[in-house]
Amino acid sequence: MHICRGLDLTIEDREFFVLLGPNGAGKTTVLSVIAGLTAYQGSVFFNGSCMDTVPAEKRRVSYLPQNLVLFPHMTVVQNISYGLKARKWEPDRVDERVRELLGLMHLEQLGDRYPRQLSGGEKQRTALARALAPSPEILLLDEPLASVDLQTAKRIRGLIREVHNATGITTVYVTHNLEEAQELGDRVAFLHKGSVQQVGSPSAVYFFPENENVAEFIGTPNILECCECRPVGHGVAEVSCAGLTVLVPHEGNSIRRIAFLPGDVYLSTSKPPGPEFNRFVGEVVSITPSRSTVHVGVAAGDTVIIAEISPSLHTELGLAVGDQVHVILKLRRVRTYEE
Amino acid sequence: MRSLPVRCLRPGWGVVPIILLLALWEVVPRVSDGSGGGLLPPFSEVMVEGWRLLGSGVLADNFLSSLVRVLAGFVAGAITGVGLGVIMGWRENVRKTLRPLISLFYPIPAVGWIPLLMLWIGINDLLPIVIIYICSFFPVLYTTISGVRSVDRDFIRVARSLGASERHVLLTVVIPLALPYIFTGLRLEAGMAWRVLAAAEMIAVPTGLGALMMRAQSLIRIDIIIVCLIVLSVMCLLFEKLFAVLESRLTRDWC
Repeated sequence: MHICRGLDLTIEDREFFVLLGPNGAGKTTVLSVIAGLTAYQGSVFFNGSCMDTVPAEKRRVSYLPQNLVLFPHMTVVQNISYGLKARKWEPDRVDERVRELLGLMHLEQLGDRYPRQLSGGEKQRTALARALAPSPEILLLDEPLASVDLQTAKRIRGLIREVHNATGITTVYVTHNLEEAQELGDRVAFLHKGSVQQVGSPSAVYFFPENENVAEFIGTPNILECCECRPVGHGVAEVSCAGLTVLVPHEGNSIRRIAFLPGDVYLSTSKPPGPEFNRFVGEVVSITPSRSTVHVGVAAGDTVIIAEISPSLHTELGLAVGDQVHVILKLRRVRTYEE
Repeated sequence: MRSLPVRCLRPGWGVVPIILLLALWEVVPRVSDGSGGGLLPPFSEVMVEGWRLLGSGVLADNFLSSLVRVLAGFVAGAITGVGLGVIMGWRENVRKTLRPLISLFYPIPAVGWIPLLMLWIGINDLLPIVIIYICSFFPVLYTTISGVRSVDRDFIRVARSLGASERHVLLTVVIPLALPYIFTGLRLEAGMAWRVLAAAEMIAVPTGLGALMMRAQSLIRIDIIIVCLIVLSVMCLLFEKLFAVLESRLTRDWC
């Protein structure tokens, strides 16, 4: 059975490359192919050298699977040094490298503990240290933050990025989390049912989805072309997009597009209190109920904004096509694509 | 629902039924003296006979013969069972090739081999050793195969990607992680070896606890038979306990 077909990816040296996609897209399989841990038809090249006949242990690739699989019968130090001993490093060098990694991952006090005695974050850091220990040329991370809480995930994301910046190791990171992809990736490849749908910078994938699969995965955002951008200070700019004037976060460059998710659009039948910016009056042009939400299309300016509301709110507002509604956008929920 | 008080579950309480049984054993034969035809001597008389057998060296000689046979048969069965089990668990082609053959032999009870082995190797010390070997080999083989196969493939994938050769992965990851399974097989079979030993010695050889029991039976010495049964029971328990302790020592930090 083929899980991936017709796959053609080029990952640059020292790049942080993210494989993004829903479950079953074939992301883990791509990692296994790169690592030489699964049979495949086709070719894998590292720096122009064909790796197809090179066994996994000789590819200089470290693979960190989703469930971390720290060796339960080994302490933190033994886990980290495993790859070094397997590659027959001198004991002095092993000790030195392990000490270095214990420091880098803030694990100095935990060297003698077994994995079952570690917290989720400590396990993550140990697994990362183990993967980094033999100084691999490529680091493959398979949804490493899938099983930790949000706070820990945030810390470890920072750590992973820090490690990448410090070592420059080519990293391939698998996730189904768009936010992770945007925060970490230099480039993102979106996979769907075993084929690559789009490759580009995280912003490009978000603001210029090349097909419906990509758009649907990122939440089918409202994307508006912008023609004017006037900074108003405090990291905010006023932009004209599709006949609407919108205040958006601004980092200094000209804003070409803005995007916001349907779930981040608020609707009201009466004029809401508060400041006047990012509020528009529009006319309901479509109402599409689905299983757990209702999509309401509102014509405002020269565009139709899609809002996603709950069925109960829809009933409460009593909306019908042709009604006038107030559309509210939260400033921080609007993403910008700057040139 | 309220849970039972913890003190009800303390292991010390297990001694109570044993003490009660021994007390009954001591009292009932004396109360019904003569009416039972001496078929069950009191506990104290059995102990005295045990002491006498120990003093005369009869029990020690026979016990040592049995111990050597158990150790020889069990150690050989365990080593080949674990060895072949690791290979069969690790190599799918070996497993698929040998499995039909092993499935054919495994259901035959170890003592069922006795008539055939009497003809093949004769009535000598080797016979009970081979019976114990057969008794130990198959279950240890099966638990080892299960243990090796139960190791999550991700451990192997990670170890390989960290640069470990297949042999290194086997020795440092797969076998240690299969230890709980392997020890379950060893523990059960260490006790089973003593049970099978008695049967083999009764039929086939002139020395050992089984043979001593058969001689005692022909002389209607129930006290000696009971002494031998007690020794067998204690050895079964000791061997099982030994492997339980070993397993705990080797895996307590991480299991």
